[in-house]
Amino acid sequence: MIAGLTKAERQLSLAVLTVLALCGLAFAAIGRNDPIGTHGFIILLVAIGVACVVIAGYYAPEPDKEQLSRYYDDPTRVGIILSMAWAVFGLFFGVWVAALLAWPELTFDAGWASFGRIRPVHTTGVIFGFGGNALIATSLHVLQRTTRARLPDQFSPWFVLIGYNLFCILAVSGYFMGLTQSKEYAEAEWYADIWLVIVWVVYFLIYIRTLQRRKEPHIYVANWYYMAFILVVAILHIVNNLAVPVSFGHAKSYSLFSGVQDAMTQWWYGHNAVAFFLTAGFLGMMYYYLPKRAGRPIFSYRLSIISFWGIVFMYMWAGSHHLHYTALPQWVQTLGMTFSVVLLVPSWASAGNALATLNGAWGKVRDDATLRFMMVAAVFYGLSTFEGSFMAIRAVNSLSHYTDWTVGHVHAGALGWVAMISFGSIYALVPWMWNRERMYSSKLVELHFWLALAGTVVYVFAMWNSGIIQGLMWRTYNESGTLAYSFIDSLVAMHPYYIARTLGGLLFLLGALVGCYNIWMTIRQAGGRLVFQGPEVDKPALTPPALQAGE
Amino acid sequence: MDLDYQTVVAFSKSWGLFYMIALAIGVLVYTFWPRNKKRFDQAKKSILDKDDKPWN
Repeated sequence: MIAGLTKAERQLSLAVLTVLALCGLAFAAIGRNDPIGTHGFIILLVAIGVACVVIAGYYAPEPDKEQLSRYYDDPTRVGIILSMAWAVFGLFFGVWVAALLAWPELTFDAGWASFGRIRPVHTTGVIFGFGGNALIATSLHVLQRTTRARLPDQFSPWFVLIGYNLFCILAVSGYFMGLTQSKEYAEAEWYADIWLVIVWVVYFLIYIRTLQRRKEPHIYVANWYYMAFILVVAILHIVNNLAVPVSFGHAKSYSLFSGVQDAMTQWWYGHNAVAFFLTAGFLGMMYYYLPKRAGRPIFSYRLSIISFWGIVFMYMWAGSHHLHYTALPQWVQTLGMTFSVVLLVPSWASAGNALATLNGAWGKVRDDATLRFMMVAAVFYGLSTFEGSFMAIRAVNSLSHYTDWTVGHVHAGALGWVAMISFGSIYALVPWMWNRERMYSSKLVELHFWLALAGTVVYVFAMWNSGIIQGLMWRTYNESGTLAYSFIDSLVAMHPYYIARTLGGLLFLLGALVGCYNIWMTIRQAGGRLVFQGPEVDKPALTPPALQAGE
Repeated sequence: MDLDYQTVVAFSKSWGLFYMIALAIGVLVYTFWPRNKKRFDQAKKSILDKDDKPWN
């Protein structure tokens, strides 16, 4: 991997790693009696570890002109592997935290294993670890293929990938130690947040610089989604994490906002994290890998543009539906509710566009589990966006809020849409990236598909039942006008559903493990047929490519 | 005039509507502008072309 970097880039890497190591050392020294000291040591270790890799390959020959004229896919390959590793980690903690609800003694009396700590480990592990790495890996691939240009340099994609994973490690290890900002999906503390801003700016610059170098005049719609994802997540992250640390040697910080303003900022962030991290980015994935795998162009390009702008401009206003019946002004609640309902239009336009693309290729969907992953993802996207619009209506929300229905809705989106489209894209991408004709075993892809689908369905149905029972029990009054059930009554009623959801999550985890094995064997496969190998590819095309561009 | 809560609310309740409508019209015009049709058709088909190396 180091062989792909030029000499100057290797020196730059070492310089950056030295600065990072010094920052780690400073934190470790200043924060001796604080969790920030442990994080200092983690930063120091990561910096030294990566520096060792760079030094080991430092004297490898530099990439020649021919290598530099091809696409740069090393970061994508590593990103895929990291993504699958985080998937297993995050899903494992998901199963554990689900089991805790059914069997609370499973904390084994360890503070770090309490529900409040391992729940954010699960959410960060799957959303940022699995989803984020999948987004970075696929975006770098899609960006180069659709612009027909190589990434501008070799250093910055590695900075983004490794820096992003360092952020995830700091976040997750912080939760185990009890560090949190207590903001949903934004639990990581101030220094990790600042680090993520730096990483994210570099990520955005990679996009802009590659687009400047593009040979294809039109910017394909998938890139618009990926760019919206990067740009808006940067804005959300910066605003929601505005906070004042107790001191520079202290991990704890206090938010700049207070009261209902803080709640509104948080849910403006929280819902747009769903919109731009978990939706826009993965729609970018869908708009490239689904047509590519099906071998058919997207059904309507115009529809994809309209739904893009619809999603971008309407999601921004939907966050206040998380704060129905609170101190938030009534008109802001109504605004959020209205935009959430209207959002159904661009959401279903995207889901319909994906399914209409497959119309005429149902034979392929039947035979190819990879394409079926993407098809089911589009179906779940349609289902969960409908459900989301429905639940945002104030009257419905009075039943669903604070119940497991919300949890079921999130998982219909996260398992059914985000994870399915990611697995489908990764199965399409792995053979291309490692020059194999196909995955090691298509039977195992099939097995993964059914495990994932069964797991999702079991999970979502369990939570629907559980949530609605819970909501109804909480609002049932007896003749004297007092509540008919105590909270503990509803808890007892939930127990069988919590067992069922643990089982559903376990099936999903098993599927991801099968996927990891399959990907590992595909990479290791000895004598795998190298598809694109031959002199015609190693050398620049002799025919003027301008003809291709203009045809 | 003071820039207080009521002023901001009045502004966002009125102008918010108009700018969203203007934006929607803008997007629709761009999408259905006849001259863009060829570019969009080409864009949706070009991702299926051979893509094993960058264009020079």
